[in-house]
Amino acid sequence: MNILKLIQDIEKVDPEVYERLDSRRSIFKHFSGFGMKVAAAAVPLALGSMFKKAYGQSSNTIVDTLQFALTLEYLEDEFYRLGLASPAVQAENRAVIQQISKHEAAHVKFLQDAIKSLNATPVTKPTFDFSAKGNFPTWNSDPAVFLAIAQAFEDTGVRAYKGQAGNLVGSNAVLTAALQIHSVEARHAAEIRRIRGLKSWITGNERGAGMPAATQAVYNGEEVTTQAGVNIVSGNISSAAATEAFDEPLNKQQVLDIASLFIVA
Amino acid sequence: MQKLTPKADQQENGLGKHLLNPIHRRMFFRYAGATAAVTTLLLTTGCDDDDDDTMIDPMAVDLGSGDVGILNYAYALEQLEAAFYTQVVATKFSGMTAAETQLFTDIRDHEIAHREFFKAALGQKAIPALEPDFSKINFADRTSVLTTAKTFEDLGVSAYNGAGQLFTDTGVGLDYLVLAGKIVSVEARHAAAIRDLINPKSKDFSGDDVVDANGLDVARTPAEVLKLAAPFIKTKINANNLPK
Repeated sequence: MNILKLIQDIEKVDPEVYERLDSRRSIFKHFSGFGMKVAAAAVPLALGSMFKKAYGQSSNTIVDTLQFALTLEYLEDEFYRLGLASPAVQAENRAVIQQISKHEAAHVKFLQDAIKSLNATPVTKPTFDFSAKGNFPTWNSDPAVFLAIAQAFEDTGVRAYKGQAGNLVGSNAVLTAALQIHSVEARHAAEIRRIRGLKSWITGNERGAGMPAATQAVYNGEEVTTQAGVNIVSGNISSAAATEAFDEPLNKQQVLDIASLFIVA
Repeated sequence: MQKLTPKADQQENGLGKHLLNPIHRRMFFRYAGATAAVTTLLLTTGCDDDDDDTMIDPMAVDLGSGDVGILNYAYALEQLEAAFYTQVVATKFSGMTAAETQLFTDIRDHEIAHREFFKAALGQKAIPALEPDFSKINFADRTSVLTTAKTFEDLGVSAYNGAGQLFTDTGVGLDYLVLAGKIVSVEARHAAAIRDLINPKSKDFSGDDVVDANGLDVARTPAEVLKLAAPFIKTKINANNLPK
């Protein structure tokens, strides 16, 4: 770790770097955590926060966004872990669900580490109710219900991360990591949909065959056919294809409204 | 095709992989806050060399600079994908099932929609149509088609994941970021569906070859992506003016 060389290099373009760093002593906490608390992959995030702070930019928005993402990952992580321990995951789908579960657990860990590296405390895991207050009483015994909820979670996850990208531009490392999680959620969504006999992409605002009406909010707004003022429908491109070709974001409140069905406290 | 398949050592977690990239000092100075650059410096003991960029072919298509450059970069990749799937559907491999035909037709239409969107959004600033080179693809062979499709989709995902941070952080740059986000998740859906066709109901849809131990997909720089795409594009592309 050539941190001194790094700071020396910065000194050449910014002679006041030591002053900037020194005037905000808290940033040195990031150094103490190196190799111990902070996972290797989170190191760039730690450095990112160091420079954000040294150069006077707030990282509150980034932390808030990561906390929001962590809450969603807690939801998914617990859902798949409990599912794998129940009869709801059939043998033929086990490899897929195990892979998804592995990723969601990794996302929880990664986001916790990232939040810690920004000198904040990760939110605690909420208490979940995957029956959604009685809407899905057989979520952990009926494979079809389990997969339907999985589809709703994954398609929501894709839209949720997409909606937060603009809040992460203050840190390239965090933004890129979020995008890297975002596309994994999309892979998950595509596979769950395929297993359920649907197309891997979302047509119009259709939730798809077998999806409970309670999940419609996950799909509302996906029917957009104009992007940045450009009409996507043409002689070659049907309205259906135009909506499939672009996934739409959800804002934080829309996502929380969906997730709150499954959160007790 | 083999050389396009990412090697395991390039598939490290998306943040860590930046550590492997060479970087120029002046780039670093311009982006003192860019953590990718910062981490690279940490492991680069002697980074005082100031080699210039590689030779530029005067005939090469210049993607341009700033947000326009990134949009043209995406436009170039969508042109490649759209041309590929157009060919896949036009000259079906023997035994292509109805479900497979539907899937490839859907993907073709999505890629054409992406291509035409960028073309329209860029207007006068759009690069010309690129000439693909599909000479190494056997469109009559299912394995060749699926392997290439997987390569293109994974490459597209990694390209958008790596390009997000290159847009300007304000104004229209934010709009472009969201637009890229709307497209990349569809590319990821394609990638998963193609991978499932190759190895159904396995973990390959988001396999360990593309998703690392942190649960992160691949992110690549434009230089990395264009190097991997180059064997499939006859037209030379100059990406030297893109944001870094």
